[in-house]
Amino acid sequence: MNKFGFSLSPSSAINLDQVDRTFFNKLTEVEPDALRCMACGSCSATCTAAGYTGMSVRKVLLNLQRGRNEEVRKMLSACMLCGKCTMVCPRGINTRSIILNISKLW
Amino acid sequence: MIYQGKQKIWSDYQKEIPDDNWYYVRSCIRQNFFPASEKMFMEICRNVLGKDIYENEHHTTCGGIAYHCDTIPQETAMTIVARQFALMTEAGYENYVASCITSFGNYTEILETWHEFPELEAKIREMLWKSCRKEFKKPKYLAHSSDLIFKFRNEIAEKAKFHLVNKETGEPLRVVEHIGCHYSKMFPSKGVGGAEYPYVLTGMIESWGGNIIDYPERRHCCGYGFRQYHVKANRGYSLSNTHKKFESMAPYKPDMIITNCPGCPYFLDRWQYVIAEMEGKTYGQNGFGIPVFTYEEVAGLVLGYDPWDLGLQLHQVAVEPLLDKIGIEYSPEEKYKGLNSKDIMKPELPSGIKCF
Ligand code: SF4
Ligand code: SF4
Repeated sequence: MNKFGFSLSPSSAINLDQVDRTFFNKLTEVEPDALRCMACGSCSATCTAAGYTGMSVRKVLLNLQRGRNEEVRKMLSACMLCGKCTMVCPRGINTRSIILNISKLW
Repeated sequence: MIYQGKQKIWSDYQKEIPDDNWYYVRSCIRQNFFPASEKMFMEICRNVLGKDIYENEHHTTCGGIAYHCDTIPQETAMTIVARQFALMTEAGYENYVASCITSFGNYTEILETWHEFPELEAKIREMLWKSCRKEFKKPKYLAHSSDLIFKFRNEIAEKAKFHLVNKETGEPLRVVEHIGCHYSKMFPSKGVGGAEYPYVLTGMIESWGGNIIDYPERRHCCGYGFRQYHVKANRGYSLSNTHKKFESMAPYKPDMIITNCPGCPYFLDRWQYVIAEMEGKTYGQNGFGIPVFTYEEVAGLVLGYDPWDLGLQLHQVAVEPLLDKIGIEYSPEEKYKGLNSKDIMKPELPSGIKCF
């Protein structure tokens, strides 16, 4: 019903007590390094796809921790698996392998 | 953060609030939204606290809304404000008290700008002289009217007939405070408690017996945002902000909300009706909403004024459940009676949210 001429957008607030982290937990079993990301964004800054598609490994990891798996699916479809992100990660996380494992787990 | 730490931080942000002799300027919109609040402020200052407070019928808008909507340039707003200062100077006052948060923010911003750019102040003085042959002194103190109620909160508490306590259980009421962005988010040093830990409303509630709820979206905007609300197509943005706050505070089961700004009580109150119509959701108990008050209304209730003299019948969300909780007596028959028992007509009641 919209008798007002405008509508309500659902709250974007994230309640960490209610987030479903099943998928992220599954991922950390095969890729424990996913827990070591410090969200520096070096991976996103170097990603060739990022500028055109919004792909960002940092956001992928953050969204999975917040249970926002659908957004991750969209982002990952833009990845070319070039591995540039892996080369720059200051934590030495094999981001390319994480991306591959996420796809496998899906 | 532990209470000690929070208390320590806000105590760095104290402000000097003059004791007496104030020049008062009303808000353009508050008298339409919450008509008795400013009257109650004058009543409390003059008759309860016995202070000298003066207002002048010639003062106008401060231009704040038009300025924030980008419909007038800042120089225009400055000249309007310069004229208000001229009226204060003519009346022989030095302490300027604004009833509106946006005015308070506007005055602060203008005084700061003049401080940084004295040549602009000189230009405005010239424009004011050319337009209406007036001259002005800048106020010595600038306060928001809630600063004064905050300063005298303990005197009000001493004279209180009621406390913000549930009369059945003896428990303090659970109160959400909403500070209003223009109070101290623009100039944190100008508000009691700064931008992060504003204490102005919290102090009142603590003195009058209630408990403040700290919830995740406590500092989020109410959603008024002039450029959002005033354009109908953008109103959903304004509504969504308020909705986000309610979703965040609901688990803490607040009994009431106290607000600082003209826009916040309006939107926190009226949007509850819109959310109920759109989503079928209410945030109070038993199908009611959470009653929203201005600080003057809360002070009035605590001091024992009749709820209908405080204009509470103009709220969208029914206030009666809260009055019952505190034990404040009221006459349901008198709710829609105006001055001298004139019938002011009962509004059509909404279906989504319970009202009387
Ligand atoms: S592997 Fe994918 S995410 Fe990493 S830099 Fe290449 S395109 Fe970007
Ligand atoms: S570069 Fe490594 S640590 Fe930095 S955000 Fe990307 S994955 Fe995380």
